[in-house]
Amino acid sequence: MDGFPILSVMLAVPLLGAVACLFVDAKTARMVALLATLVDLALGILLWLNYDIGGAQWQFTEKAAIFAGFQWALGIDGIALMLIVLSVFLMPICILASWDSITKRVGEYMAAFLLMEVLMIGVFAAQDLFLFYIFFEAGLIPMYLIIGIWGGDNRIYASYKFFLYTLLGSVLMLIAMLWMVNEAGTTDIPTLMAYDFPPHAQTWLFLAFFASFAVKMPMWPVHTWLPDAHVQAPTAGSVILAGVLLKMGGYGFIRFSLPMFPEASAQFVWLIWGLSMAAVVLTSLIALVQHDMKKLIAYSSVAHMAIVTIGLFAFNVQGLEGAMMVMLGHGLVSGALFLCVGVIYDRLHTREIDRYGGLAINMKYYALFFMLFTMASVGLPGTSNFVGEFLSLAGIYQANSWVAFVATTGIILGAAYMLYLYRRVAFGDQKNADAAAMPDLNLREWLMLAPLALAVLWMGVYPESFLAPMRADIAALDARLARAKPEGDAHLKMGEPREAAANAIGHGEGHGAGEGEGAGHGEGHGAAPADAAEGEAH
Amino acid sequence: MEFKASLALIAPEVVLSVSGLVLLLIAAWAGDKASRLVSILSVAAIVAAGALTAPILCAGAMGPDTIAFGGQMQVDAFSAFAKLLIYAAGIACLMVAPPFFERIGAMKAEYPILILFAVLGMGIMVSAGDLLTLYIGLELNSLAAYVLAAFVRSDQRSAEAGLKYFVLGALASGILLYGMSLTYGFAGTTSFDGIRAALSGDLSSGAMFGLIFVLAGLAFKISAVPFHMWTPDVYEGAPTPVTAFFASAPKVAALGLTMRVALEAFGGQTGAWQQVVIFLALASIVVGALGAIGQDNIKRLLAYSSINNVGFILIGLAAATPRGASAMLIYLAIYVAMTIGGFVAVLMLKDKDGEPVEQIAQIAGLSSHRKVLAACLAMVMFSLAGIPPLFGFWGKFMVFQAAVEAGMVPLAAIGIAASVIGAFYYLKVVKVMYFDEPAEVAVGKSDWAHQAVLLVSAIFISPLGYLLTGWLGDLADKAAAALFLVA
Repeated sequence: MDGFPILSVMLAVPLLGAVACLFVDAKTARMVALLATLVDLALGILLWLNYDIGGAQWQFTEKAAIFAGFQWALGIDGIALMLIVLSVFLMPICILASWDSITKRVGEYMAAFLLMEVLMIGVFAAQDLFLFYIFFEAGLIPMYLIIGIWGGDNRIYASYKFFLYTLLGSVLMLIAMLWMVNEAGTTDIPTLMAYDFPPHAQTWLFLAFFASFAVKMPMWPVHTWLPDAHVQAPTAGSVILAGVLLKMGGYGFIRFSLPMFPEASAQFVWLIWGLSMAAVVLTSLIALVQHDMKKLIAYSSVAHMAIVTIGLFAFNVQGLEGAMMVMLGHGLVSGALFLCVGVIYDRLHTREIDRYGGLAINMKYYALFFMLFTMASVGLPGTSNFVGEFLSLAGIYQANSWVAFVATTGIILGAAYMLYLYRRVAFGDQKNADAAAMPDLNLREWLMLAPLALAVLWMGVYPESFLAPMRADIAALDARLARAKPEGDAHLKMGEPREAAANAIGHGEGHGAGEGEGAGHGEGHGAAPADAAEGEAH
Repeated sequence: MEFKASLALIAPEVVLSVSGLVLLLIAAWAGDKASRLVSILSVAAIVAAGALTAPILCAGAMGPDTIAFGGQMQVDAFSAFAKLLIYAAGIACLMVAPPFFERIGAMKAEYPILILFAVLGMGIMVSAGDLLTLYIGLELNSLAAYVLAAFVRSDQRSAEAGLKYFVLGALASGILLYGMSLTYGFAGTTSFDGIRAALSGDLSSGAMFGLIFVLAGLAFKISAVPFHMWTPDVYEGAPTPVTAFFASAPKVAALGLTMRVALEAFGGQTGAWQQVVIFLALASIVVGALGAIGQDNIKRLLAYSSINNVGFILIGLAAATPRGASAMLIYLAIYVAMTIGGFVAVLMLKDKDGEPVEQIAQIAGLSSHRKVLAACLAMVMFSLAGIPPLFGFWGKFMVFQAAVEAGMVPLAAIGIAASVIGAFYYLKVVKVMYFDEPAEVAVGKSDWAHQAVLLVSAIFISPLGYLLTGWLGDLADKAAAALFLVA
């Protein structure tokens, strides 16, 4: 792999595909788009295989000083690698999802999607602050067009809201970036990640970045663009939006906010926790009363993203790893759920839950897949989301048990709204004749859903494949955060192991008293070293 | 000997004025039949002037060798940068005009000559080293511009635009002259260097008045808020090729002039004018953005957009640093390309009889029948809004960077937040072209000259433009360095 600019090639392939799509007819455009995304998928797999776990922190780095003021600098660590793999994995599925449902302006549609792919990979691979910003912001244009041209009835309102909301969030980040570059004298992200900004400045910088990432994430209460955009976007647009674009917010936190402003991150930890707790509970409750399937899944995305922020701001390894795993898992699962909605939407052209029912009877394979993804969304062990949610909650429990308590209610509510959705769509009577007459999955839909199902199970059963590349980077981040880490409220203390098992049969009488003595002994031992240490300090 | 050197320095102006006079004779004898020929010769003259100017910029000329006629003119790298932009805009406007005017039978041989004289005046403006040269250049440009605005005599709107432009322009010139006379009274000299030397230390209130009046007069010329009222009316009424010209070249000239006056003549009094410029900048950004929202005529919309953009450019001036000046020049270069591209795209919007289409509602669904045109116009809109990866972002980026480096973080933050308001109406145009049902009005064919100019500007503002950032930045730095020589 030495010297082969694989990241640039991964950016170039879809870009060329996008240009080509503009000049060919609909049928060719579909093929070109599929081919380009599959080539990128192959390159992504190659990237993963060649990633040296435990090697240098930044791999596949490329640098070219072809611009003034910033550089064409690419490179990835384990975190970026996983997100890039997620993006290139979802893209061919998106193209397949739009195969039949998009009939007007196919060339432009495929071009917009391929452009999105370029920009997503660019965001995760950029190693220059301004290059990152350009990729980050540029995504607005193709997404605006995708929602506005190929979206549902209320698409224009949704596209405006999406564009202006996210633009307003991002512009202040640019000013903060300019200030940082002026202060640190470099645009190199790895250098900036190790640069200590003065704490009072960090406060403002953090808020400026927060404005951008919170909108992108989205965090409650700035999430309102998301349900509109999701509902109005075409199926593949929703998949990309939920699968990858939302991850840009989380990626921003983990790449910028936490390592660059550790003190400010600790300072604002209650803001994040508060908003995340509110999001988990409120948006789950809102999801419970939705009649529109896409809206329900959109609100569930907000709740899941809140678990991500909770994990990120737990300031420990479990939390960070958990947040990453939720992001990856949610990328697969919410994407898959939107595809499931898309499958039946293509047949009946409605997202109204009541119009369906009893689909398990006439669409048994569909019901099977839908069941799997529903369970994954709930966080059933053995599926992808379980790993992430468990780790995140374990992480936050060390930091604050109340936050952990509130966040966990979200899991219960999540089970409630997802199972309720599944019951109404797949079980029960076939109350609508047209829904009852829908055919089961065709080959194209199999090709879309089967890889996702496999990935969800893989991630649930053997998460090590996904955790291993990220481990060193997360440990490095944890070490960087150690100095600002807020003190947790759960002071876990390891007790002295009892000499005998609790149910050991005592010899003679009075074993109960002996046990009590043993416990007291243990406590005494626990306290003693602390006292000794204090004594030494004095 | 000194005279000879001076003449050599102003060779581009000599070329332009001599060819202007010769072409006037040709026009007088050959009549309107020769208008194509006169256009071509005018382009040739401007190209020749540009060829004489380019080496000055590349060499980064500054200092005593560039002073002509005892300080009346400064032919330094800064003037060369601004002049090259003006020449480029002039050539583009000469290229796109004949198809437009010929259709309505209004193509006259005077048009290219007037453009030529306006270009000459603007060249003098940006090389002025003295208040009097400044005024001569300004009036030469303005007089040509008044006539150009009213060029289609059969059209009432055009006549109205010309009259409005003339009355308000005369008022602004009066204000400017008043400020200049006050400045002369307090400084005892009209040369920029002399003013700078005389007005050191605390500014007396009389000199302060002079400074404010000068700035107000210049603000009218660059159409900064609160002196912007004429802009939408004139832009709407003037024939579109002329509007394209007004929105590009004179903006460069007037902003270049403002930079010279502020940074050279009043360069020692930064504190005195900085607040004024900050106000002008923020007011222009906000009013330009809000005013555009309700517009249904695309030319008026672009007029407000130019007010908005002037606000962003002035942020670079508010920084009052070489970086700020360099950022302004980069922004101006990109702005000229965006504006020309935008107005040429508007020129290409014609119904099936060839009548120009200017209402935004009439271009609904343009992307379905005029794909390339719609894509170019959408690119111009996103670029004007400053959305990366289009090149318009780079201009905004540079001015904000300069402001942040000068420690003006709040100004930068407010300015950039207000740019989101602007994004709203740029999006509206894209929405109408791409999301709405086709109105099938703008179906007319386009002329090759329009297509060529549009293509060049579209390529420049596309992400490919970033490849030029290094080169453009170098030239702008050289030009800006010339302004800060005294300091």
